[in-house]
Amino acid sequence: MTKRVVIVEDEPNIIEAINFILSRDGWDVTVHANGETAVAAVRTARPDVILLDVMLPGRSGYDILKDLRADPDFAALPVLMLTARGQKKDRELADSLGVTRFMTKPFSNAELLAALGEIAAGA
Amino acid sequence: MTSNVLISVSLVYVAFLFLVAFGADKWAHAGRGAWLRSPIVYTLSLSIYCTAWTFYGAVGYAARSGLEFVTIYLGPTLVMVGWWWILRKLVRIGRAQRITSVADLISSRYGKSNLLGVIVTVLAVIGTTPYIALQLQSVTLSLAVFGAEGSGAGLVTADAPATALWVAAGLAVFTVMFGTRNLDVNERHHGVVTAIAVEAVVKLVALLAVGIFVVWGLAGGPTDVARVIEASPISEWQLDSGRWVALTFLSAVAFLTLPRMFQVLVVENVDENQLATASWAFPLYLFLMSLFVVPIAAVGLARLPEGSNPDLFVLTLPLAEGRDGLAMLAFLGGFSSATSMVIVAAIALSTMVSNHIVMPLWLSLRQEGASVSGDVRNVVLIARRVSIAVVLAFGYLYYRFSGGGEALAAIGLISFAGIAQVLPAMLGGLFWRGATRVGAAVGLIAGFTIWAYALFLPSFGPALFSPEMMTHGPWGLGWLRPQALFGVEGMAPVVHALVWSMLVNAALFFLFSLVSFPTPLERLQGAQFVNVFEHSQARRGWARGAAEAEDLLIMAQRIMGGAQAQALFRAQAAEQGKSGYLPDTTPEFLERLERQLSGSVGAATAHAMVGQIVGGAAVSVEDLMAVADETQQMLEYSSQLEAKSEELARTARKLREANEKLTQLSIQKDAFLSQISHELRTPMTSIRAFSEILRDGALDGPAQHHYAGIIQDEAIRLTRLLDDLLDLSVLEAGQVTLNIQQAALGAVLDRAVASANSAGEGRVLDIRRDRAREDVTIETDTDRLAQVFINIIANARKYCDAAEPRLTIWVSKQKGGLVIDFVDNGSGIPAEAEAMVFEKFSRLTDQQKAGGAGLGLAISREIMNKLGGAIAYLPGQGGAAFRVTLPSPEG
Repeated sequence: MTKRVVIVEDEPNIIEAINFILSRDGWDVTVHANGETAVAAVRTARPDVILLDVMLPGRSGYDILKDLRADPDFAALPVLMLTARGQKKDRELADSLGVTRFMTKPFSNAELLAALGEIAAGA
Repeated sequence: MTSNVLISVSLVYVAFLFLVAFGADKWAHAGRGAWLRSPIVYTLSLSIYCTAWTFYGAVGYAARSGLEFVTIYLGPTLVMVGWWWILRKLVRIGRAQRITSVADLISSRYGKSNLLGVIVTVLAVIGTTPYIALQLQSVTLSLAVFGAEGSGAGLVTADAPATALWVAAGLAVFTVMFGTRNLDVNERHHGVVTAIAVEAVVKLVALLAVGIFVVWGLAGGPTDVARVIEASPISEWQLDSGRWVALTFLSAVAFLTLPRMFQVLVVENVDENQLATASWAFPLYLFLMSLFVVPIAAVGLARLPEGSNPDLFVLTLPLAEGRDGLAMLAFLGGFSSATSMVIVAAIALSTMVSNHIVMPLWLSLRQEGASVSGDVRNVVLIARRVSIAVVLAFGYLYYRFSGGGEALAAIGLISFAGIAQVLPAMLGGLFWRGATRVGAAVGLIAGFTIWAYALFLPSFGPALFSPEMMTHGPWGLGWLRPQALFGVEGMAPVVHALVWSMLVNAALFFLFSLVSFPTPLERLQGAQFVNVFEHSQARRGWARGAAEAEDLLIMAQRIMGGAQAQALFRAQAAEQGKSGYLPDTTPEFLERLERQLSGSVGAATAHAMVGQIVGGAAVSVEDLMAVADETQQMLEYSSQLEAKSEELARTARKLREANEKLTQLSIQKDAFLSQISHELRTPMTSIRAFSEILRDGALDGPAQHHYAGIIQDEAIRLTRLLDDLLDLSVLEAGQVTLNIQQAALGAVLDRAVASANSAGEGRVLDIRRDRAREDVTIETDTDRLAQVFINIIANARKYCDAAEPRLTIWVSKQKGGLVIDFVDNGSGIPAEAEAMVFEKFSRLTDQQKAGGAGLGLAISREIMNKLGGAIAYLPGQGGAAFRVTLPSPEG
């Protein structure tokens, strides 16, 4: 069964890259670039996993994560967070908000696919 | 001559003295009678030193002990001539501190210690009572002489104690009438002093008259007298130098410390300059008083029958020759000597007793504290009157108790030695700031005890100290023999007691002063006493009222500051309908002044200060001024402290601010690093992802080309970011070297417009310029300036949201220098973002659209700072507007 992933990211080149990699791997990809409407988009899309950027126009990835975790439907939804700010406190904040996996940009494509596969399988 | 005649004459004389005293008081009260302040009156009043003991007794003394009597005159003479500087200081302090008695002097000096006041008072009463008894005895004796010589059974001889009682009562009445008529703040008694001056003249005239009668009437001239003296026992007298020195010293000390002498010397002194006259006039008076003592003694010894009392030669010689008139004069002289001494002594003692014993007791019994009202004044007056009566009653009782025997003759010196104990505390207090209350009390008590044990108590004879004890000491302790303490023998009792008491007194005073610490009030008083010449001028005479107001003004100025005090005084004067700065000292005014002052010095101090000046208590105006000065110094000091603490607070604030700034900088640095990380990692992410995709292969040609193009774009973006960062860091570090050159502003703008408006993709701006206005030569780093212009124009190109974007460049000369405004026709920068546009990494929209890292305006601001100009966002111009200011070339 095809797994669904929602990508919340605002950098067009990065979206293009991730979209290409995941689609090639057989994922059903939905892209959303705006932080403010991201939660609603997730609700509509009902993905198996979310790929969430931190620095977004409108709302930050942390705020979106907080909202998702507050909703019983998404409390256990696997979330992979991506950030270009690789500082320790960013990771700690994400952990405290209940992130499933945290990755720093740049990453290797294989790494991303493996991580996404693992958390979607509930590992 | 009957004793009735004698009594009548005495009564007339007393009535005359009453008149004199009454008149002088009236004159003084009316402000007339400048002669009352004459130095001659002052000098004559000092003559109370010469009591009946001197008037009659000197002759007896000479008849018994030769020239030793001279010491009694020598001591005061030496003080007047040689110790005038002590007297001057004493008088100055007495006036400055409004000292009322010798007890008050000691108490004041040592921090207003009432204990010391009581000790000195008791000492003075014990020391003076026998002396008063002596005066009563001499009056009684002299009356008895007349009784014996006259018609036989006069009423006087019949009952000597009754006579003494009458005399004592009469003196009490006189003293009460003139010594306590009013409570003068200065304790001055013009009436009494004038009466005493008259009496001084009477006794001098009487003694001189008797002397002249004896030398020229009886002996037939000085040569004859010399022969008589040669033949008399007086000529066989040998000088005992130790005794001579001791007695001279004793009478000198007594002259300073006797309560009655202190009263006339210091308390009654109205003008310090009187001392100058007295310093030669009083020794002259003493010289005249002593001139005929030896001739009278010698002639008396030669002419009068064996066994006649030499103490009465002054009377008995004229009587024996039938010169009743002269005898009467001599009697009046002796009477004057006795009464003047008793009156002044009673006044002095009553002041001490009421001030240091009765009033403190009364106040503590009332438990209400001191409220200075008429009520209290009455109590003081009654206390004075009762004290006078009690002092005279003591004198009378002592006279009765001692039996009026010849033992009294020695009492004079004993009394001197007792009161001399005050000397160490007095001189120490005047000249040594280190002297303390403890030292004074210990010295006084010790000296007084030794005096009582070694001299005073033995003088009562076997009734008190048995002969057994006198020769072997109490309980057989030889070293405690009253007249040979510590085994020192061979001295006359007076000298022995004097040496021991003064030595121990002075030593203990010194020692205990060194080891004890003075209270603050003691320190203050000590300074006031020792340095009296430094902060108190001789008091000028002034009329009350205006001077009071003036003193109040002076004091208020020192406390409140000149302008404020003057304003207050003027307003108050105006309220009273007066012009100028000196209002009447009405209760309302004083109350208001007090309230004002209490703001600066506290209510109690203000009340005391005003009260001291207006009410005239025992602290002088000068000393208040000193206190006020000190207060001001303290205020200054505290304002200095305030300034210092303000400075400290400022420094602390600066430190806190610096610290906050550092924290802020640290946060900014973290944010900056985080931001750079983001700016670098984001293009890297695309580059890595697409390069991996390309490496994986299996892509068609167009896709390959597209992905390679993305990699190229992101690499360029990275390079531009690094360039900007380096540029900014160089500018911020101040390491940039400017390439200053002259150029036309128009040319620089041309270059910038060409560079910004053509490079790269995107819309082209319609740029409007007025070239005529741009015809200005500037001298600056033109490359850097062009960089700023390019940045502004490129931003307009990126962000201007108008359908047909347009940028107007407008050059003008303003006061701040050359101004170049860039205004576009877009919607401008949102108000909330205006403050942020010059910060690093601030971008209005997303990164892709801006195409830069958000460092352009931050760099522009740094550049303009370096060029001495400025760049600012101009709000309210319709579109986005930036103003670049260049310093004007002229400077």
